[in-house]
Amino acid sequence: MLTYLIRRLFAAVLLLFIVSAVVFVIFFLVPRIGGATADDLASRYVGKSAGEAQIHAQAIKLGFTDPIWVQYGRFVKGVLTGSDYDTGAGIDHCPAPCLGYSYITQNPVLPDILDRLPVTGILAAGAAFLWLVGGVGTGVISALKRGSVLDRGFMGIALAGVSLPIFFTGLLSLTIFSYGLKWTYAGGASPMDATGPLDLVHRMLLPWITLAFLYAASYARLTRAGMLETMNEDYIRTARAKGLREHDVVVRHGLRSALTPILTIFGLDLGLLLGGAVLTETTFSLQGIGYYAVQAITNNDLPKVLGVTLFGAVFVIFASLIVDLLYAVLDPRVRTS
Amino acid sequence: MSQSTNETTSRADDRTRRRDKGATAVNTLDGIGGMGAPAADAFLSVRDLRVHFPTDDGVVKSVDGLSFDVARGKTLGIVGESGSGKSVTSMSIMGLHKPGTVRMTGSIKLDETELIGAKPERVRELRGKRMAMIFQDPLSAMHPFYTVGHQIIEAYRIHNKVSTSVAKKHAIDMLGRVGIPQPSSRVDDYPHQFSGGMRQRAMIAMALSCDPDLLIADEPTTALDVTVQAQILDLIRDLQSEFNSAVILITHDLGVVAELSDDIMVMYAGRSVEYATADEVFTRPQHPYTWGLLSSMPRLDRVRTERLRPIKGAPPSLINVPSGCPFHPRCAYADRTGGLSQSERPPFAETYPRHYSACHLTREERTTIWENDIRPTL
Repeated sequence: MLTYLIRRLFAAVLLLFIVSAVVFVIFFLVPRIGGATADDLASRYVGKSAGEAQIHAQAIKLGFTDPIWVQYGRFVKGVLTGSDYDTGAGIDHCPAPCLGYSYITQNPVLPDILDRLPVTGILAAGAAFLWLVGGVGTGVISALKRGSVLDRGFMGIALAGVSLPIFFTGLLSLTIFSYGLKWTYAGGASPMDATGPLDLVHRMLLPWITLAFLYAASYARLTRAGMLETMNEDYIRTARAKGLREHDVVVRHGLRSALTPILTIFGLDLGLLLGGAVLTETTFSLQGIGYYAVQAITNNDLPKVLGVTLFGAVFVIFASLIVDLLYAVLDPRVRTS
Repeated sequence: MSQSTNETTSRADDRTRRRDKGATAVNTLDGIGGMGAPAADAFLSVRDLRVHFPTDDGVVKSVDGLSFDVARGKTLGIVGESGSGKSVTSMSIMGLHKPGTVRMTGSIKLDETELIGAKPERVRELRGKRMAMIFQDPLSAMHPFYTVGHQIIEAYRIHNKVSTSVAKKHAIDMLGRVGIPQPSSRVDDYPHQFSGGMRQRAMIAMALSCDPDLLIADEPTTALDVTVQAQILDLIRDLQSEFNSAVILITHDLGVVAELSDDIMVMYAGRSVEYATADEVFTRPQHPYTWGLLSSMPRLDRVRTERLRPIKGAPPSLINVPSGCPFHPRCAYADRTGGLSQSERPPFAETYPRHYSACHLTREERTTIWENDIRPTL
C-alpha cells in the first residue's frame, strides 16, 4: 500500500511537470512558431505610446528573447526555489512555489489565486452538496419507479439540465429571482462579505442551485443507470431472500454498489471545480478562480493563465489520486489485488 | 405477491370444465396438476400454482397448474430443462417476484400459512426465518462489498433481536458447522477471498442461520467443480438431518436428484409431468420426457460406445404452449395415441399408487416401451 502510494505520488508530480510543459509550450512557444517575435509578444505589456526600444527592453526584461527552454527552466526554478523579480520600483522576492508575476499588475500570481480560492471553494462545496443529494436522490427514485410518470418527469428535467448551459440557466434564474422577484442578491455578492451563515446561503443560493442543476442532472442519470443495473444483481435477490426490508435492500445493498462509481466521478468533478467554476463565477460575478482566469485571458496576462491552469491541474491530479485510494476503501476487491 | 388475486372459484370452475373435456383417464385426481388434499405431514403444500407474467408479446405461463407437498426432513427434487418453470416456482414460494409483474393464483401453504395473497410484509417476515434459499452462483449471490460474516450477521439479526457480537459468534459457529476451516478468521473475509465451494458453504451457512424449516436449493452445485459438488450435496444432506428441515432441490441433473431426493417432480413447460418417489421414478418412469432425461444422462459406469442422446427439439415457448400435451412435438410416441396427444391435455393421473404422470399412453403401453425400448439402452 505504501509503495503504491509513493508510486502514485511520484507519478502525480511527473504529470504536473508534463502539464506545465504543455501549457508553457501552448502560451509561449506556439505564438513564436506562428511568426510572432519576442518584441511582438512584449508589445502587449507596454504602454500604447511605447517606442520600439522600450518594447525591446520589455521583451528582454520578461525574458522573451531567451530560448524557450531557458524560459521554461526559469519558470520551473521559480516553482521549486522561488525567484526574484524587478517590479520597476525595486526587487521583490517571490518564495517557492512561485508561479510568476503578472505582466500587467506586477503582482505575484499564487497569492492572487489563493485569495480567490475561498470563493470558488464555497461555491463548489455548496453546489456539490446540493447536486449529490439531489442527483442521487432523484436517480434512485427514478430507478425504483422505472417507467412511471415520476421517472419520466425526472429524466426529462435531467435531460434539460445536462443540455442547458450555465450562462443560460444562470441568467434566467438571475432574471427571475434576483431582478424579478428580488429574492436574492443581483449577482456580485461575494460570500466573503457574508455577515453570518444565513446571509451566506442567501448570497450563494442562486449560484449553488444553478451550478448544482447541471451536475445533478448528470448524476441523476448515472445513479439511475447504476441502480437499474445493481438492483438486478443476484445479491439483491439474496438480500431479499434473507427477509431484509425493501428499504434496507435498496440502500444497503443496491445503493452501496451503485454509489461507488458515482463517488469516484464526484471526486474528479469536485477537483475540477476547485480549479475554477468559470461559467458560474462569470455569470454571477463571483470573484473566484474562474473569474480570475477569464480576466487573465482577456488581458493576455500569460503568467496568470499559466498559474491558474497549473493550479487547476494540481486539484484534478490529486483528486484522482484520492479517488483511486478511496476506491480501494469502497471496493474490497480492489484492495487485495 | 401483492398482485395475486384470489381466483380460486373461477379457477375451480375452469378446472372442472377442462377435466370433463379430457375425462379419459381412470384415476384423475383434482384435474390437471391437482392432487387433492395435502398430505397429512406436508410442511409445504402447493396446489394448482399458476405464475403468469403478462408481457407485450403475450402472457408467459411460466408455471401453469403445479401441485406438490414437502414434509419436514424430506427432500423433493424438481427436475426439468431450462425454462420449465423450476426457478419461477421457487421464487414464487419465497415471494421474490417483483410486485406488479406477475399474476399468481392457486395456493402455497407453508405450515398452514397461505402465502398467495398474503401481505408482502408477512411473507418477508417468513423469508429467511422459516424458509430460506441458496442460489446457483454463490459468487454473484453474495454482496462483493461486505464480508461473509457481515452478510450472515445481517441475515441472523433481521429475525433475531441480538447484539452484533452475539450474532457474530453465531456466524462463526454456522461457518464452522458448514465445514469452513478457521471460521473465526474467515468470518472477516470477503466473498472473493473464498473459493467456489467455500462460497457455497457460506451461502448455506447464511441460509441456515435462522434455522429455517424449508430450504430451497436452486441448482446449488451447477456452478461448482464436480469434486466440490459431492461435498456440497453431502453437506446439504447432513444439515437436513440435523435441522430436520424440508428441502426442495432444484436441478437439471438427475444424478444430483438421485443422490438426495425422497420424491421427484419432473417439470415440463411449467407443469408437472411426473411426480413420485425417487425409487419409483428411477425404476418405472411413466413419462416419455422422463425417459428422455434418463437417456440423455452421461454414464460413467459404461463403455462409451455412442454419443449422448439429447432430447430432440427445443423447450416450447411459454406464451404459445403446444396444444394437447405440451411435450407432443418432441415426443417419439405421440403418434401412438390416435391424435389425443395433439388435441387433449393429458390428465395428471395416478398410474401407480402415489405415482402421478401426465401422458395419454396407457399404463401397459408405457410399461412395454420402458421395458423394451428405453431401459435396455440406459
